[in-house]
Amino acid sequence: MEDIKKRIAISKLWNNAFLIVGLLSTLIGLVLLFALFIDLFIEGAPRLSYKFFASFPSRFPEQAGILSAWVGTSLVMLVTAAAAIPLGVAAGIYLEEYARKNWVTGIIEINITNLAGVPSIIYGLLALGLFVYFFKFGESILTGGLALALLILPMIIMATREAIRAIPNSIREASYALGATKWQTVKNHIIPYSMGGILTGIIIGLSRAIGETAPIITVGALTFIAFLPVSPFSAEFPFISFKWLLDPFTVMPIQMFNWVSRPQAEFHVNAAAAGIVLLIMTLVMNAVAIYIRYKFRKKIKW
Amino acid sequence: MSETTIHEKLKAEVKDLNFHYGNVHALKNINLPVAEKKITALIGPSGCGKTTLLRCFNRMHDLYPHNRYEGEVILNPENINITGKDIDPIEVRMRISMVFQKPNPFPKSIYENVAYGLRVRGVNKKSMLDEKVEASLRGAALWNEAKDRLYNSAFDLSGGQQQRLCIARALATDPEILLFDEPTSALDPISTAKIEELMLSLKKQITILIVTHNMQQAARISDYTGFMMLGELIEFDKTDKIFTAPSEKLTEDYITGRFG
Repeated sequence: MEDIKKRIAISKLWNNAFLIVGLLSTLIGLVLLFALFIDLFIEGAPRLSYKFFASFPSRFPEQAGILSAWVGTSLVMLVTAAAAIPLGVAAGIYLEEYARKNWVTGIIEINITNLAGVPSIIYGLLALGLFVYFFKFGESILTGGLALALLILPMIIMATREAIRAIPNSIREASYALGATKWQTVKNHIIPYSMGGILTGIIIGLSRAIGETAPIITVGALTFIAFLPVSPFSAEFPFISFKWLLDPFTVMPIQMFNWVSRPQAEFHVNAAAAGIVLLIMTLVMNAVAIYIRYKFRKKIKW
Repeated sequence: MSETTIHEKLKAEVKDLNFHYGNVHALKNINLPVAEKKITALIGPSGCGKTTLLRCFNRMHDLYPHNRYEGEVILNPENINITGKDIDPIEVRMRISMVFQKPNPFPKSIYENVAYGLRVRGVNKKSMLDEKVEASLRGAALWNEAKDRLYNSAFDLSGGQQQRLCIARALATDPEILLFDEPTSALDPISTAKIEELMLSLKKQITILIVTHNMQQAARISDYTGFMMLGELIEFDKTDKIFTAPSEKLTEDYITGRFG
């Protein structure tokens, strides 16, 4: 009896030991991130104003703004989303539902997993060779958007596959047993039921892309730009223009990097303010992802 | 096995059927008549191949690679071999419905679950769907419980109700044969009784083939019973005969609980 009690006491000691280690680890991560965020906020918040959003960069820190950067980031993300979402989701569905499971798909799977871990600058080099030199898209929004699309494509493919794999096979069999074709099963069941997971993957991918600097610099984004791309909307027919795709651009992280590398302290304040804006853009995207996932999962429980 | 000919109109007939999962020879020379508008039960120990045989009837094996049919499953009145390479599995599944072991409703409304088979067939007219959904839910004895919440999620139903919903879903497309794969093994006795009752009323219109682990169930509801073991059909006969005076020693041992 005494023996058992001693045993339990020792086991509990280990249990509590890990409790403390785990708690400390969590706190270290949280506290550091929180401190970083607070620091950024204290430094940059006073600089946030309407003028900051509506002004082009300038030699004078107090007149400089992020207009070209946030417009550039928004347009680049638009291109990235338009390219990466359909390609990634379609590839994920193909690999999971259509492709035969053999050594070829095995190799493809390993490659996609590895591609997700390739340093982003490599994608920049690839995009430089492919989109700038080969397809002659120039150092444009189109090139930047496609470079980032390549970067997040593996993430979207993997998220799509994971989401599809979570659907129990009994649901597929139920659909097929009623005489549905593969496409009917995919369209009516697989896509709707995996939508939450797919959308989460998409937004995580886009959140990653929005903060990327290296591939964008590699494809030749400008660091100083005092004009906007051609507006996508116009008053005359056909009202929509795609000329902006081939315009030069800059993005938020590049603008931040540019300001941080200046000697004047006022520019560092600008960088912190831009950092807050970028963080908020990312947080909003993540919030949307969480909300969408919640919406979709509420209806579905396996 | 002893050759038993039955004096019934046959809806389907399995002739010298062999089935392979890759290198595994899962069904060996099966010969089985399926009488029209009767209940035929398949019993046998786990892994005997009864579910495999059932899934040949709606070509479910075609969904997975390395599966191979040899021999025939004849569907009447056309006298066609539904396991033949020239027959589209989708065509077979449109004529022969299936109810699975675990209730597997779609995470959609009750209405959409029942209507799905019709939607697959291109039926989108509201009046037609309404009519069919009601008829099928009535046919599956679920109408009274479901009529006030047709647009609620199918997951709001209890397990037994979900299984009856799956039966309604299978009925909506007017199948010629209804396959049941241990439909009550995940259900409580009251739900089981309801589904058995339902099957007895359904056989007035539909041919039923059921796989069951529960021998009392086979004895209660079926007209004919086949006993399978290790991929072979050991004995097939009228249910009364199988459970009172089986001709094979193996069958007797199994139904008296000496193994399995």
